Amino acid sequence: MSLVSIRDVRKSFGPNEVLKGVSLDIAKGDAVAIIGRSGSGKSTLLRCINGLETYQSGSIVADGIEVAGANTNLRELRRHVGMVFQQFNLFPHLTAAENVMLAPTVVNKVSKAEARATAAEVLAKVGLSEKMDAYPSELSGGQQQRVAIARSLAMRPKVLLCDEITSALDPELVNEVLRVVEQLAREGMTLILVTHEMRFARDVGTKLVFMHHGKVHEEGAPKEVFAAPRTPELQQFVGQVG
Amino acid sequence: MLQFSFWDILSNLLIATQWTIVLSLIAFFCGGIVGLVLLFMRTSRIAPLEWFTKIYIEFFQGTPLLMQLFLFFFGIALFGVEVSPWMAATLALTFWTSAFLTEIWRGCVEAIPKGQWEASSSLALSYIEQMRYVILPQASRIAVAPTVGFSVQVIKGTALASIIGFVELTKAGTMLNNATFRPFLVYSLVALIYFCLCFPLSWWAKKIEGRLNVAR
Ligand SMILES: Nc1ncnc2c1ncn2[C@@H]1O[C@H](COP(=O)(O)OP(=O)(O)OP(=O)(O)O)[C@@H](O)[C@H]1O
Ligand SMILES: [Mg+2]
Repeated sequence: MSLVSIRDVRKSFGPNEVLKGVSLDIAKGDAVAIIGRSGSGKSTLLRCINGLETYQSGSIVADGIEVAGANTNLRELRRHVGMVFQQFNLFPHLTAAENVMLAPTVVNKVSKAEARATAAEVLAKVGLSEKMDAYPSELSGGQQQRVAIARSLAMRPKVLLCDEITSALDPELVNEVLRVVEQLAREGMTLILVTHEMRFARDVGTKLVFMHHGKVHEEGAPKEVFAAPRTPELQQFVGQVG
Repeated sequence: MLQFSFWDILSNLLIATQWTIVLSLIAFFCGGIVGLVLLFMRTSRIAPLEWFTKIYIEFFQGTPLLMQLFLFFFGIALFGVEVSPWMAATLALTFWTSAFLTEIWRGCVEAIPKGQWEASSSLALSYIEQMRYVILPQASRIAVAPTVGFSVQVIKGTALASIIGFVELTKAGTMLNNATFRPFLVYSLVALIYFCLCFPLSWWAKKIEGRLNVAR
């Protein structure tokens, strides 16, 4: 059974239909890379999965919870579905460790000591043990993004959504973040990544999804899809981004 | 007839000033608490709560404070409840203050980037938890200067309580003038005392604002 199941989802902003019937199944342990042109609806799809956006029809079931159900407890859903953003969105008034500890202590009512131990563990995992007590403004972009990943990991999510998490970084900082994500994928974390890093999508992804005009235009095993794109749109896209 | 020396006038005014200060503090403190509750309602994205606060704010910002004082002083009396000038002034100033503070603070909350809401939502925080742990700690930093600045308006606003008979600085000035017939001296002193109360606050507000601008 799939961990995230998306069925014929349609979403409009006013008259502008952005998702035109998207269906997608994501199994536990998948690392799904979503690629596509700007405006094709990648971010919108990702944001629908954790309820940051609502959709007009279709259904999304994540970890057994219908996202847009009448009685859906979004809080319960979001405890199991983490999200990392392009702009990091760290809380600037809290240190790295406090950023990571906030949700476990406030939402899961874990003790400060236990949360701090978890923070130490997940920050070590992203290679930032020495930066526990640094404020976001004292960290580089790459470090901030790794703190943001650690902050999501502290909630022990079943799925992690990543929306172009390296796009705001200087080129020399991209790899340190990608390495962390690659490590997560190898450990079996279920990942849904919107990315412009084609090489990463091909090498790390277990599944590739090409979105075009609000639809899943092509999907399959990354290496095969990249080697032999079936549709002219994907051929053109792969040709452009190289 | 009683003779009033300069020192008699000044000391009487200073005694009344205590009531101006007490009334200002209470209005500001209670107005702050009511304002905070209204702020949560105003930014809750729950339509009826937002509508209620919008109407509330429109009413207290869109009508003269003096009229609000009259409404509390004479209006409540219509229901057979005896209202002292003290009570009416406290209530009116509290509600009036809360309306302005809510609007000031809402501006500060809206100045916090949307990403802070989205990140905290994605971490499963509820609206109240987001406000408490993420938004207000950041918004309160930028709120200090305009809030202190507004406290000057509260102090000046208490002068209107004199009209319903509450003896604070302005009322004391009027009474002393009636007794001494030295309006220029009396009202100069009254103005000077208001200035001494207000100036440090507006100076401080300007200073914090400048410091925050430099920090950006
Ligand atoms: N909040 C919004 N209100 C109105 N329109 C929106 C909103 N968010 C996105 N859109 C529109 O929806 C369409 C898809 O946007 P989306 O952000 O999902 O694209 P994307 O594939 O993530 O693009 P990019 O690669 O540039 O991030 C765009 O046409 C965009 O203008
Ligand atoms: Mg996007």
